[in-house]
Order: sequence, then C-alpha cells, then structure tokens
Amino acid sequence: MDAIQQELLAQVADLHEVPEGAYNIRANGEMAGRNTTVNIDITTKEDCPGIDIRIKPGTKSESVHIPVVLSQSGLQESVYNDFFVGEDCDITIVAGCGIHNGGSAASAHSGIHRFFVEKNAKVRYVEKHYGSGDGSGERIMNPTTEIHLAEGAYLEMETVQIKGIDSTARTTTAEVAEGAGLVIKEKIMTHGKQYAETDFTVNMAGDNSSVNLISRSVAKDRSRQIFRSRIVGNASCHGHSECDAIIMDEASVSAIPELTANHIDANLIHEAAIGKIAGEQLIKLMTLGLTEKEAEEQIVKGFLK
Amino acid sequence: MLELKNISFQAEDGGKEIEILRNINLTLENRFVAVTGPNGSGKSTLAKIVAGILTPTEGQILLDGVDITEKSITERAQMGISFAFQQPVRFKGLTVKDMLSLAAGRETAVSEVCSMLSEVGLCARDYVNREINASLSGGELKRIEIAMIMARKTKVSIFDEPEAGIDLWSFQNLIRVFEKMHEEIHGTILIISHQERILNIADQIVLLADGRIEKVGSREEVMPDLLGAGQPCRTLSDKLI
Repeated sequence: MDAIQQELLAQVADLHEVPEGAYNIRANGEMAGRNTTVNIDITTKEDCPGIDIRIKPGTKSESVHIPVVLSQSGLQESVYNDFFVGEDCDITIVAGCGIHNGGSAASAHSGIHRFFVEKNAKVRYVEKHYGSGDGSGERIMNPTTEIHLAEGAYLEMETVQIKGIDSTARTTTAEVAEGAGLVIKEKIMTHGKQYAETDFTVNMAGDNSSVNLISRSVAKDRSRQIFRSRIVGNASCHGHSECDAIIMDEASVSAIPELTANHIDANLIHEAAIGKIAGEQLIKLMTLGLTEKEAEEQIVKGFLK
Repeated sequence: MLELKNISFQAEDGGKEIEILRNINLTLENRFVAVTGPNGSGKSTLAKIVAGILTPTEGQILLDGVDITEKSITERAQMGISFAFQQPVRFKGLTVKDMLSLAAGRETAVSEVCSMLSEVGLCARDYVNREINASLSGGELKRIEIAMIMARKTKVSIFDEPEAGIDLWSFQNLIRVFEKMHEEIHGTILIISHQERILNIADQIVLLADGRIEKVGSREEVMPDLLGAGQPCRTLSDKLI
C-alpha cells in the first residue's frame, strides 16, 4: 500500500497500521488485506463485488474495519457488503471510503451496505467519507445503507463527510421492530461547487420502537445540500429528526421532512433550522481577539464536532 | 487610561434620527468605574462603543493615548479591551473549556478551567465539557461570561449589567471577583449596573440620563443624586405618586 492510500486510510478509519480484530481493506477495487477472528467471519461474495460479514451471536467488544480507498483516477465501482449480526452481540463496525483523484476522469464509489441485526444485538456503525487530490476529475460517493433491526436491537450510525467529495447521494432506509432503537448522527460540510443529498426513510414497525436522526451540516461557497427524511410510525413509537444547517456565502440548503403516523400512539417530531452564523456569535468571539474569519472557523468547527 | 472625547451616537428609528448619546466626555483611570442611570439612558450603547461593536457618529476614543476610534472589535480586543455581554451568546458545539481557551488565547488545562470556574461559583466537573447551548441557564451563562473576562486579563474590562440573572451566590462573590481581577491586572474595570451594592464599591460613578452625563464623581458625590435621576414626565409621575 502506497503513501497516498495510507493517508486515505488514516482519514477514513483512523487507521495508521493494521487494525486489531477483523478487517477487510479494499484498495483500487482489489482486496488489500483481510483478517477474520473466531467470532467474525468475512467472505468474498461470488455473484457481485463485495463481502459478507458474519458475526456470531453473543460476540462482545469486538470490532470490524472495512475501509475502502481509491487512488486510481477514473475508477468507478459498486460494492455490496452485507453484515449479519447475531443475537446479543455488542460490536463496532468502522467503514469509510477515501478517494484521491489526481487525474481528470471521475472516480466513484458506491457502497451498498445492508445490516441484518438480530434480537437484542447492539451495533455502533461509523462511516467516514473523505476526498483529496488536485485533479479535475470528480470524486463521487453514493452510499446506500439498509438497516433491519430485529426485536430489541439497537444501531447507532455516525456518518461524517467533511472534505473533498464533489458529489454524494446518501440513501438510508431502516425497518425497526418492536423495542428496537435506531440513532443516526450525520455531519456534512460542503464547499466549492459540491453537492450532497441525504435521504432517510425509517419505518417503525413494532411497538416501543424509536428513531432519532440528527443532521448537522455546513454549506459553504456555492455548494448545495438537500436533506430529506421520511419517518413512518406504524405502531406505538417515538420518532425524532433534526436538521440543523449553517449556510454561508452563496450556498443553498433544503430540508424536506416528512412524518407519517399510521397509529394513534405514534409520536413523531421533526425540527429543522437553516441559517447563517449569528452575527452576535461572531461579535462575541471577536471581542475575545479573534478575527472574523477565525471566529467563523471556530464556530463551524464546534458545530461539526 | 481610557478617554472618550465628544462621543455622540445617533440611531434611526422609523426614519427619524434619535440621539442615544450626546457629547460624552469621560476619562477613566480608576480601578472601578460604575456607569449607572435609568433604562434607555445610553449605558449599554456607551459600553458597545468602547468595545467597537458600535461606531460613534462623532467623537474620539483613546486608549493610553492611542486613538482607537477606527479600530475594529478584534483590534481593540487585542489591544486590551474585554467586554462581557449583558445577554451572553450561545454556541452549539463549543464547550465551556473551548470558550475559556479562546478567551485566554491558548489551550487551557482542565486544572486551570477548574480554578477559573470556581471563582464564579461553578464546579468544573459539571461544566468543563458542557456546550454553551440552550442547556445552560441564563445565570450559568452569565457566570461563564464573567469567567471568560477573567481569563483574558486585559487592562480594560467592561461588564454590562453583570448582576442580571445572577442569584444570591451572589453580589458578594461578584464583588470579590472584581477585586481579585483588579489585584491581578491593575486595570480599569467598567461596570454598568443598577445595583447599589456594586455602585458602593466604585471609585468613580458616572450617572447617565437621556444620553448625557448628568454627573461624574465619587460615590459620596453621586449616590445622593441617584434617586433624583431621570425625572419621569407628569403622566408617569402622577401614577408613581
């Protein structure tokens, strides 16, 4: 693995060396390393590109890293990864994709991740997207996440895209069964002419199910963002979504929430706020000796922390 | 030393020019200067003009002999002026420790944050990583605002109604905070206040009324006049009687 690929790995998975536990590293469309453990098995799919990750019931405190790096300009790929998480597990999954494009052709990665989380299992899923390189070719990422939570299961997804992705369409769908809970925290920053679209559809099918979607984003320069969320309550459940965006320069941000209650005890809330950085926040930091630009940077950094 | 020379400030209201401050001349070189006066007399405007948040329509401001009238908020802050807001600003994501570090101009250790917060009656354990957001009460924010000014250690510190929203924790501690600040930095502390107990520690009291300086002097000289300041119009005074 070369220096560029190592830098991408560090950015998307905080990996500076070979991770502990199970991992599968994909570099420029090929497998660049894999490790399985007694409890976590990883196999290559036969019918399409991608892997199956099977985690034995009861596996606790283990992690799986499946980073993807692309440094070859013009490479376009779709990868299908399926996670089968057994009952009563408590595990961390770190995915993420880094694209370095130094050429003129567009590079694109579409990761289609499906999670089948069995009863009472707990998953923390971390996904980071990062782009670098000074080529004119676009860096495109279109992640699709499909989540199935069985009774009493819990999944917390943290998804971060801070830098360098020219275009992204992120689609997440989830089915939440009785007593199961889903939390999604999304952080996005776009700049230049970037475009980011996120689309969440969550179906709460069982009693006492819950979902909490939290999106914080910053749109700079002439970038555009669209946030869409659809929460459907088909049982006695709690759904909450929150979209909080800072708009700067000549950017554009849309928040399109949709709530549907099909049950009298479905309790659904959406909050959305889009606005520029408050003038009084800038003034406060300037009275501490920061320049306007430094104040802006601190506010954005804090907001996306 | 802070000097205000012929400071006037006009604002527009419904197409009409209103004079908020008229021809203010003031030299501040004492430890504690209190500015008081009725609501709407121009106290906060005066403080904001010194901090650079508002630009005077006329007049000059000098800090240690240097004309700072045209200097920005940032430049004045770097030259040694601090300003505690009457209504502290909230920030999503920035923590108490982040703000105190920004105020101090360097990364602060948890032990330092602990000592800064304890000065204003807060325990660091509960606050150091709290965000300066809607989860903090007005009184908590106000104390953190004061701690930020303490962290800055500048030669001029301005507090706009520091007592507002502060519970009985209380004035006594607030006064101790001001005294400690002065011991450490020997600067000028300018406090806008309506509180008699704060006015009582002032070396100099400036009484503003209707945008003008009504009186400047020691507390012995000014306090007796305070009750007579800002005579209401007859409609109001009839009701007061």
